[in-house]
Amino acid sequence: MKIATVLLRSAAVIALAGAVFAGAAEAKTLRWSYQGDATTMDPYGLNETFTLGFQGNIYEPLVGYDAKLQPVPMLAEKWENPEPTKWVFHLRKGVTFHDGSPFTADDVIFSWKRTLTEGSDMKGYGAKAKEIRKIDDHTVEVITPTPNPILEREWSLFYIMSKTWSEMNNTTEATNVKGSNQGNHANRAANGTGPFVLTERQPDSKTVLKRFPNYWDKSIKTNVDEVVFTPVSQPATRVAALMSGELDVIQPVPVQDWERLEQTKGVKPLTGAEARAIFVSFDQVRDELKYSDVKGKNPFKDVRVRAAFVHAVNLEAINKQIMRGSAVPLGTLIAPEVNGFDKSFGAPYPYDPEKSKKLLAEAGYPNGFTVTMDCPNDRYVNDEKVCQAVAGMLAKVGVKIDLLAQTKGKYFGKVLAQAGYDTSFYMLGWTPSSIDSHNSLLNLAGCRNKETQSGLFNLGGYCNPKVDELTTKIGAETDQAKRNAMIKEAWEIVRADYGYMPLHAQPMSWGVREGVQVVQRADDVLDLRSAVVP
Amino acid sequence: MSFLSGFTDSDLWHSFIRTPTALVSALLTLILIAGALAAPLVAPHNPFDLASLDIMSAHLPPVWMKDGDPAFLLGTDDQGRDVLSAIFYGARISLLVGFASVLLAVLIGVTLGLVSGYLGGRADAAIMRVADVQLSFPAILIALLIDGVARGVLPREAQEHMAVYVLVFAIGISNWVQYARTVRGAAMVESRKEYVQAARIIGIGPVAILWRHILPNVLGPVLVIATINLALAIITEATLSFLGVGVPPTTPSLGTLIRIGNDYLFSGEWWISIFPGVVLVLLVLSVNLLGDWLRDALNPKLR
Repeated sequence: MKIATVLLRSAAVIALAGAVFAGAAEAKTLRWSYQGDATTMDPYGLNETFTLGFQGNIYEPLVGYDAKLQPVPMLAEKWENPEPTKWVFHLRKGVTFHDGSPFTADDVIFSWKRTLTEGSDMKGYGAKAKEIRKIDDHTVEVITPTPNPILEREWSLFYIMSKTWSEMNNTTEATNVKGSNQGNHANRAANGTGPFVLTERQPDSKTVLKRFPNYWDKSIKTNVDEVVFTPVSQPATRVAALMSGELDVIQPVPVQDWERLEQTKGVKPLTGAEARAIFVSFDQVRDELKYSDVKGKNPFKDVRVRAAFVHAVNLEAINKQIMRGSAVPLGTLIAPEVNGFDKSFGAPYPYDPEKSKKLLAEAGYPNGFTVTMDCPNDRYVNDEKVCQAVAGMLAKVGVKIDLLAQTKGKYFGKVLAQAGYDTSFYMLGWTPSSIDSHNSLLNLAGCRNKETQSGLFNLGGYCNPKVDELTTKIGAETDQAKRNAMIKEAWEIVRADYGYMPLHAQPMSWGVREGVQVVQRADDVLDLRSAVVP
Repeated sequence: MSFLSGFTDSDLWHSFIRTPTALVSALLTLILIAGALAAPLVAPHNPFDLASLDIMSAHLPPVWMKDGDPAFLLGTDDQGRDVLSAIFYGARISLLVGFASVLLAVLIGVTLGLVSGYLGGRADAAIMRVADVQLSFPAILIALLIDGVARGVLPREAQEHMAVYVLVFAIGISNWVQYARTVRGAAMVESRKEYVQAARIIGIGPVAILWRHILPNVLGPVLVIATINLALAIITEATLSFLGVGVPPTTPSLGTLIRIGNDYLFSGEWWISIFPGVVLVLLVLSVNLLGDWLRDALNPKLR
């Protein structure tokens, strides 16, 4: 009886929701769903591609990306690099924020300072500038700590906030992803210069954007007036909602459902190679692991243990059985699309469980040990299933994994720097926003250093000064051939150190309703500027 | 022996052997319970042992389909777990949670019902108002609430081991009201009867009266409700596990198995969720039919 009533009620609610959607359809609505929510509306709250990509429709950087990930002028009309450590950005005139206030050089300087506040997850972006000077209202001069030939690329996700709005709303400090200041105004509201205005925000259930009538660029392709974003965590529910016409775009489509979408009329899968590498890593810093039954020492400080873990995991099997052959197994932390990739260090480590057992025994763990693994369950393609498979394979060499798979908000709030890297063994994915190795080397393989903002996302604390030295040189080198040779050398060191357990480059996997046009960028970002609905 | 012959002479037994649905459903229930109890003996694999799983044998269809493997009669799931073994072990958890939570609900409900009906007055009013409030919420909502609070309160390490107990507690607490109401009514009627008055006059204490005189006379309806609620409790556990707040995926119950398989329904790998689903339906249906028969058999008006 009770279940029947509940069913009836939900049917009524769905019908009602359908009616609302149908009514709004004349106003060109795009109904979009991802497996998790955009974790925060604060553009410096979480350095995660999906969250930043979502915010990129509301906020804008100085220089952004086009469909091919090439730099295009956004809030800066043009820019030059007159001296190795000096950049000049000429700001666009006549741009207003959603609240009507004009965009000026003061906003750029304010935003840069805000990225360096305590809760910010974008400190690495802020650290790219040593100083920003205001030349006039529409010109700024940026002094970089070292020569930086690709600053405009590296700032493609550094969005500009309004100084007056932030001060008025008491949000001059960034929201901390740890969850300690959720009340931060910028976490719930937004005031950018982008083509869409945030009009409704219900975390984890619904976010509504409306077209900004005074947007500066009148030439953007989109005809969308309203965007309704609803995260749907269950993959099957998401796919069903697309097939039944309740959604226009979904991300991601489980790889096992590609065939089904191809066969269904009215929808199609959009697939491609993504520039994202997925990997697992170890806490190599603490003297005793926080979540393990090994007491008094940290087994991951021993390279033999790390090597044993790496050789115990069969990447081909994960690709075949969980990713259905759509991933590219990797032996490094960058995808083949990223500048600097080379097969010499990019091919997977050989799968050799016997060697793993031997290495574990040599290191003094003949019967393995137990360690907790942190894993998101709504961030990467089949993330939880991949973690389960890794746990299963490690069990075969005697290592018992306690799997803690949780939603990305909670997961990031535990493992990131702002929470003190509270993990012993974790899975992470990384797309270098500049599509260049330097970003990955600096963030993932650099020794953790608060001063230089190096190793910010090196959650396990892998550290080899030789890599740091090379990374610094790579950052300043302008000769492409020399630069790539150094990139290769650096990645080869990381590989030989078993600093990480690389898994694969994941595929992009979207589903769209027929007639909906979206551009699938290799960083998996949906830019609504080019979204067209029928 | 005399107990057994007494039982075989009873009306209940005669009604039982003359009702085909009761016979069939009792048989089915027994088979399912036996299978679940003997899971380690009868299941071909141990699905909880991660080291024994081989991901290369994931997504295999049942043995009668193309690519089926005789080692996995009903196919395998996404991690290479044998579906048949997972069902045996899963039914174990489902039944354990079902029985334990009904037992808890009966204990709480009957005790409060007896106290309420026998004492009357303020105690009665207090208990019944609590019951009224609780009845205005759906049981599943209360179970979800308790589960959520437990997750927030318990430390991370304890959650996995405590998951089953939390479920039992959550489902038990959300279902006690029905027993309390039924027992209260019956106890009110009984406590005014002469044998109770007589017991009171000769100086027997209230606890003894409740336990030895009133309780046996109100147990009939409790038995009926308990049987029907067993089916409900199993469904509630499956629902909670399906929603992902029940037992962890490393020790799956039937509901967890259905949830895992749900992701693969569109890609044609139906066996991962259909088989556990069928077992769940059979289990709940047979327990329900048994409960229905018991209700009819114990109802003097229907005789």
